[in-house]
Amino acid sequence: APDPLITQVQDWASGTGDGVDATPYGMPIEFESDVIRRNVEWLTADTISSINFTPIHALDGTITPQGCAFERHHSGAIELRKEDYRLMIHGLVDTPLVFTYADLERFPRVNKTFFLECAANTGMEWAGAQLNGAQFTHGMIHNMEYSGVSLRTLLDEAGLTSAGDFKDKWIYVEGADASSNGRSIPLEKALDDVMIAFKANGEALRKEHGYPVRLVVPGWEGNLWVKWLRRIEVTAQAIESREETSKYTDTLEDGTARKWTWVMDAKSVVTSPSPQAPITHGKGPLVVTGLAWSGRGAITGVDVTIDGGKTWQKARLAAAGQPMALTRFYLDIDWDGSEMFVQSRCHDDTGYVQPTKNQLRDVRGLNSVYHNNCIQTWWVKETGEAENVEVS
Amino acid sequence: ADLGLGRAALPAEIAAWDKDVSPDGTGLPVGSGSVEDGEMIFSETCASCHGEFAEGVDNWPKLAGGMDTLDHEDPTKTVGSYWPYLSTTFDYVRRSMPFGAAQTISDDDVYAMVAYILYSNDLVEEDFVLSQDNFLEVEMPNADGFIIDDRPQTEYSQFTSDTACYDNCKDSVEITMRAAVLDVTPEETSSPAPALAPAAVVETAPQEPAVEVAPLEPVDIVASFDADLAAKGEKVFKKCKACHQVGEDAKNKTGPILNGVIGAPIAHVDGFKYSKDFLAAKEQGRMWDEALLAEFLAKPKAVFKRTKMSFAGLKKDSEIASVIEYLKSVSQ
Repeated sequence: APDPLITQVQDWASGTGDGVDATPYGMPIEFESDVIRRNVEWLTADTISSINFTPIHALDGTITPQGCAFERHHSGAIELRKEDYRLMIHGLVDTPLVFTYADLERFPRVNKTFFLECAANTGMEWAGAQLNGAQFTHGMIHNMEYSGVSLRTLLDEAGLTSAGDFKDKWIYVEGADASSNGRSIPLEKALDDVMIAFKANGEALRKEHGYPVRLVVPGWEGNLWVKWLRRIEVTAQAIESREETSKYTDTLEDGTARKWTWVMDAKSVVTSPSPQAPITHGKGPLVVTGLAWSGRGAITGVDVTIDGGKTWQKARLAAAGQPMALTRFYLDIDWDGSEMFVQSRCHDDTGYVQPTKNQLRDVRGLNSVYHNNCIQTWWVKETGEAENVEVS
Repeated sequence: ADLGLGRAALPAEIAAWDKDVSPDGTGLPVGSGSVEDGEMIFSETCASCHGEFAEGVDNWPKLAGGMDTLDHEDPTKTVGSYWPYLSTTFDYVRRSMPFGAAQTISDDDVYAMVAYILYSNDLVEEDFVLSQDNFLEVEMPNADGFIIDDRPQTEYSQFTSDTACYDNCKDSVEITMRAAVLDVTPEETSSPAPALAPAAVVETAPQEPAVEVAPLEPVDIVASFDADLAAKGEKVFKKCKACHQVGEDAKNKTGPILNGVIGAPIAHVDGFKYSKDFLAAKEQGRMWDEALLAEFLAKPKAVFKRTKMSFAGLKKDSEIASVIEYLKSVSQ
């Protein structure tokens, strides 16, 4: 029978829509209201010191919209006006300096796109398949284009002659919020590619991402990307503060723990089909898609299996991998309607390939919490529904 | 390049922000504090989340115990069992605690709190006094428990692209673990379901109210106000301040604003995300009268099983009475 959506004149084809004044700053259309950050309540004691997850299962491309990019606060997202913002650089510098926000906008600017992944992303999956959805297993990640100033430019302004040999020096970075979340970063990294950002995806940072200024530490764990950045101290030693000793250290099977595990290793995940993005169209053409990234360089390739790893096919990269940024991959298949065990594994330009969960467990045991970059399995059933599983 | 931007940081400004303390003691302020004093301060300021003996409440961090568990399944990582440097504890307490009132503790009190945390971990005796002079003498049990990231040596050579298999990589594939068995994924309750994905959505039945009580009339609070008792209550209220604000500029924090709570309907503060138990009580039209609040303050979870308030309760009836009186004074 003819489709009434075509044969009958619809309201939207006859009447009028909203005027240009209806939404001075727009939100997504109501039909997309399920594409939101979600929280896992049992993970933390309080939402003020907690984390939520990016709905990666419902997004495409590589840029994460700020409005649904995951948040992690240790003492809540604060409101700090640009007028009240101060950045101090001190310690082993020639002239300790204070900058206002307006000062920062006068330095030569850079634009770079990077992923930010929480070190705990996929951390709930060490002991077994636990959370049913790519948002929950892999959603502590976002990818934005940052505009700001290279940290080297700011450190040069303060002068580093007093620092002597850079090799054994550090910076300690601290936020303005009550958690005063501070981390030590080797000076060499700070001078290499770290930047301070005040815009993301073209507009001001959101409050929850550190407005007006945050640190960007390409390829390294998200906890280092200090929000509401207020202080940079050049030091002769690591401060060993709470976020680099009691947290963000990775306990091995024998009880010793790795520290200073800053870099995020190569990792990928199929975002669709997945538990929150089941196949609803039955057999036939199917787009399998996902994201890949590496903190050590650019993604050079992604392999996808639909049979749990018996055979692997090379996926198509939507664009060539960029260093320390998300890469989108696609595998266009003709689904025969039978169950699948879908996995992805990525390669980066250091020659590293994403390991299986068991390979990681063999080295680290089950208590590492952080840095779980294992291959993820989705069991896609004949109905098109999918579940988080582990396979032999 | 020197662009001449910014201005020199003044010594007083650097001193105000440069509070970090390093493992070698750099940055430690002059001061001291005893286990004895620390116990009192800890009970007032920290115990609502961390427990009277630093054993932790709900999901809040345990600060004591867990010795020799690091190589067990689910190790207990505390200051005593895990933290390699005492400086970290001092630094964190001084800069970041208590939750909701950071940087309000004097340096001597920080020394005392750290001394008490050490005592609760059996690392010092009860007559111990911690100061900048003996700070580095305290031995932390897990000081040698850390190695610098060794992934380049232990992992990178194993996980190489060269050996990646593409065909006949394994004979069989069996499911060894299913997320649906643990079933800990958050359920969708309010946000609209994706129209085409029925399988991904789990409907939840409305929660049954925990306690059936008939709606109560608001109480007349003005008739019975004792200003002296309220003044005592203001001191007791310090225990509540980490999570609750009162007064003109009060905002919802971990807990809701408490202005006007006495005689108000349960869950009356806009913009605070209450537990299901509170919302159910609200539905029933229940109110916060003195009797219910007294019962709640004595043992919160006995009244509302799933309350978000992790506070264990006030031990003394006199504390409860006085804090209720104080809350009356912020009722206008």
